[in-house]
Amino acid sequence: MTKTILVGCGAGFANDRPDAALRLAQDLAQRNGQRYIMLELLAERTLAEAQLRRGLDPQAGYASRLFDFLEPMLDVCIEAGIPIITNGGAANPKAAAQRLRATLAGRYPTLKIACVLGDDLLEETPPRLEQWLPQDLADVVSVNVYTGADGIHTALQEGAGIVLCGRVADPSLAVGAIRHGLGWAADDWQKMAIATATGHLLECCTQVTGGYFAHPGIKEIPAPANLGCPIAEIYEDGRLIIGKTQGSGGRVSEQTVKEQLLYEVHDPRRYLTPDVVLDLGQARVHDLGDDRVEVSGLLGHPRPDTLKGLAGVRGLWFGEAEISYAGPGAVARAALAREILLQRFDRLAPGVQPWIDLSGVASLFNDHSGRYLQQRLALAPALDDVRVRVGLTHTDQAMVQTLLAEVESLYTNGPAGGGGVRRHLAEAVTTRSFLLPRSEIHTTLEWY
Amino acid sequence: MNLVTLADFAHARAGDKGNILSIAVLPLDPAHYPWLLRELTCERVAEQFATRQPSKVHRYELPNLHALNFVLEDALEGGVNLSCGLDRHGKSLSYLLLSLRLPRPQD
Repeated sequence: MTKTILVGCGAGFANDRPDAALRLAQDLAQRNGQRYIMLELLAERTLAEAQLRRGLDPQAGYASRLFDFLEPMLDVCIEAGIPIITNGGAANPKAAAQRLRATLAGRYPTLKIACVLGDDLLEETPPRLEQWLPQDLADVVSVNVYTGADGIHTALQEGAGIVLCGRVADPSLAVGAIRHGLGWAADDWQKMAIATATGHLLECCTQVTGGYFAHPGIKEIPAPANLGCPIAEIYEDGRLIIGKTQGSGGRVSEQTVKEQLLYEVHDPRRYLTPDVVLDLGQARVHDLGDDRVEVSGLLGHPRPDTLKGLAGVRGLWFGEAEISYAGPGAVARAALAREILLQRFDRLAPGVQPWIDLSGVASLFNDHSGRYLQQRLALAPALDDVRVRVGLTHTDQAMVQTLLAEVESLYTNGPAGGGGVRRHLAEAVTTRSFLLPRSEIHTTLEWY
Repeated sequence: MNLVTLADFAHARAGDKGNILSIAVLPLDPAHYPWLLRELTCERVAEQFATRQPSKVHRYELPNLHALNFVLEDALEGGVNLSCGLDRHGKSLSYLLLSLRLPRPQD
């Protein structure tokens, strides 16, 4: 009989749903064969923000909700022998491992926790690497490289029950598990393509099971408040089937799988990852019924010689302020408020151009110069509830604060009937990407 | 001319990487793939996103999946890093594409 493994994904980003992850673990515990759970908890800027938290507290800096996901599922996973693999170690996998060790000590003293290290170049940047980093950065808070599946694979080979990573390419969380479960070689590009496509389909969790998808009347999703986490069945011969938690809401269909297969992909024939160059050009999907979809025709090319890195930089302030106008003439009064704000900003901070939306008329599709807004206003929309929104970024925090106060000043200085002011100001971390040779990066393991 | 709204004949998903927007577009009925291929050109997409002033628009064809993948460079007003907009990821922009009006497919 062909060997089969199961890989489930319990989180697709930092603020995903822990209750769905627990139901995934409970479902997998009832199934047979080698099973794994991956938790993807990092976005581009999350790691820099985690690094800032670590700066304030040396015991912080892992994904802030990591234990909200882990704690409920630990007993289920450990007793069923399901390894958990996560990038939720973020900027401080060691601190996460120490807390986890303390949590588990009484119950599972022999469970092996592995930290995959080596992605964090802020921790220790050998001088030979400096030539590859962006040179013109002030106030850098994080520098990380997207590593591949090697560290995870080794950790699992050596018996890890839980693998805590920092920055690792999202699909690699699955690739490490699949290489361990099926013994696939890291340079078998065909197999790495299948493993990477699996990781790519799983990494956003419910985005392949009906999330980011429903459109009433056109694309219906059953029980959308209870979306099930995805489960991939991977066969030794390369067969790949995407399914989901038993009894959950949501849907796995050809449509959901196709949308996610192409999500955030540029050239589909050259999707670059640290483990393989994935080629989706010949990919096919086939609905097997019962929320199971088979994916085939995946091709692989040798992995790139370079790895991608991200540097996080602080020092930019992002502010938003809003005020609303409703009832007769709402659009005209909101448009007047915008005109007043543009004149005031020009006087107080010449050269600083604010982004201004009139929500209801134009917001999501709007642009910084208001070209889209002008097009929409020209259509004289008949709306009676319009929200003016100002967005600003600048390195000068006090100046952003002053300009946001101008929105609040419309209470007494602006058009009639303005209400509901809200203001928000926060430091923004921005990221810059760079490439460096793969040969310069070596991941290591630490055990807890 | 007999025009239809793309949303009634296709579905789409938007993704972001930095300041680059990608949108996968798929016909609701795979039989409409040749129609999509003919009507949903780079020029039409560039025109629909004119206010975002993309520097380049690429179209990738996936005949087995009956899908088109569009990549619009510099279309996210700075993206999640720098945009002052409400939707800094551009997650909603699949629906700017789906609001496009196109000649009705000949069934």
